[in-house]
Amino acid sequence: MSILEKHKILEKNASLLLVFSFLVVTIGGLVEIAPLFYLQNTIEKVEGMRPYSPMELAGRDIYIREGCYVCHSQMIRPMRDEVERYGHYSLAAESMYDHPFQWGSKRTGPDLARVGGRYSDAWHVHHLRNPQSVVPESVMPKYAFLERRMVDPTYMADKMRTHVAVGVPYTDEMIENAVADFNAQIDPYADGVDGLLERYPGAQVRNFDGNEGISEMDALIAYLQMLGTLVDFSTFEPDASR
Amino acid sequence: MSSSDHNTKPGEVGTTGHSWDGIEELNNPLPRWWLWTFYACIAFAFIYSMLYPAWPLVTGATPGLLGYSTRHAVEAEIKDYEDRNAELIARVAAAPMEDPAAIEADPALYNYAVQGGGAVFRTYCAQCHGSGAAGVQGQGYPSLLDDDWLWGGKLEDIYYTVTNGVRNEDNPDARWSQMPSFGTDGLLSGEEIDQVVQYVRKISGQEHDAALASQGETVFLDNCAACHGEDGRGDRTVGAPNLTDAIWLYGGDVATLTETVTKARFGVMPTWQDRLSEAERKSVAVYVHQLGGGE
Repeated sequence: MSILEKHKILEKNASLLLVFSFLVVTIGGLVEIAPLFYLQNTIEKVEGMRPYSPMELAGRDIYIREGCYVCHSQMIRPMRDEVERYGHYSLAAESMYDHPFQWGSKRTGPDLARVGGRYSDAWHVHHLRNPQSVVPESVMPKYAFLERRMVDPTYMADKMRTHVAVGVPYTDEMIENAVADFNAQIDPYADGVDGLLERYPGAQVRNFDGNEGISEMDALIAYLQMLGTLVDFSTFEPDASR
Repeated sequence: MSSSDHNTKPGEVGTTGHSWDGIEELNNPLPRWWLWTFYACIAFAFIYSMLYPAWPLVTGATPGLLGYSTRHAVEAEIKDYEDRNAELIARVAAAPMEDPAAIEADPALYNYAVQGGGAVFRTYCAQCHGSGAAGVQGQGYPSLLDDDWLWGGKLEDIYYTVTNGVRNEDNPDARWSQMPSFGTDGLLSGEEIDQVVQYVRKISGQEHDAALASQGETVFLDNCAACHGEDGRGDRTVGAPNLTDAIWLYGGDVATLTETVTKARFGVMPTWQDRLSEAERKSVAVYVHQLGGGE
């Protein structure tokens, strides 16, 4: 009973009780959260994953601005129906450069984690302009205005520096070439394409919406066509302990 | 539970000894059923954390005595379904695409391919070609129900198109051709474009300006006939559509035809080689082939 007697000291001193309560919560938090930072199997090593190119990053911001995540998730769960429909289940590494991540549990529209390469650019243009024109049963709103709004890359380098601050490994070279890389991704014949592909292997370079200039439509489609295409699954060995 | 356990009248149960301003705290024990449920939950949680992956250690979490992993579970589940259909899947994968009659002659195989192909179609193809495979008129997504094929309507042609796609950069074997942008690249003058548009309306049996159309014939023969044929009936080896059948991918009105000649069209279909298995691609080819237009 002596320990209960000692407990009385805590019960009778509000400040002491507060300190010890905080201590207990801290231990609980550390046990739950800390291992995620050091355990090897939290984020598996995969080949091919790279930070987003400037245009993809701009497209991602439009994706977030327009609230696409409200209806679309980017997380294929390891379940037969999802793997059969959307492709290989998502890996933690695939969203390690996402700040914030675009997972989700609410799907009004389909999951988009592996939408890249699944449709043509023209389909994306038609579908974003007027989703019902290609998928009559769709309830998605129209985003035709994206085609008329141009993206200004002036602050692209600052945006990338912000991502560096939260842990995305953009190199100084990448940040230096931010605007050039942004402009190069729209034109396969541009001088900067080689540098762009060297810095961002597997980036898709073409005029996505078919119109002059780099519109928000271009950036968004560049982002969508990249989704799920980066990881090289031929060299991927699933960690058995997951 | 007897009611005496829950008697709250002072004097009938003991007090905890706590007293504040003369108010005493009665010592009513927790209901037994609640207490035992609580202990059972603690025991359950402990056993559960032993059986399933749970405790974080230095290099990884404890794997659990049952060795459960969601990744193995999904792998096993998919394998289970594939094993059950293994024989049919193997037969579809081995089916000769040059000989649709041989597949049709085997009802079990044919039925599996059509039903399985239908499921593949509704998952991967319906977004462009429509859930009923009628395409999207005017936007360049061809109907797969009619006899009008761009790259060929034989089973083997459909299989090739499904596997490699059309004009995509992901597959070097993709079907490829490119119509020149006659207007924007300055190959034809505005006048010549007007003429050839009227000529195309003439050969497709639509209302047209006879004078312009007769001038357009020369323009057509000089610039378009190489792919679309002298008679305008198209050429499947280069995916050039038949212009005489009044079936339009983008539209046969003057404005749309003018746009098509001026800027050209570049319809893209993705490659399905990596996303779908051989059996799935063959199944969907059989499905499309039997929709009505198969040759």
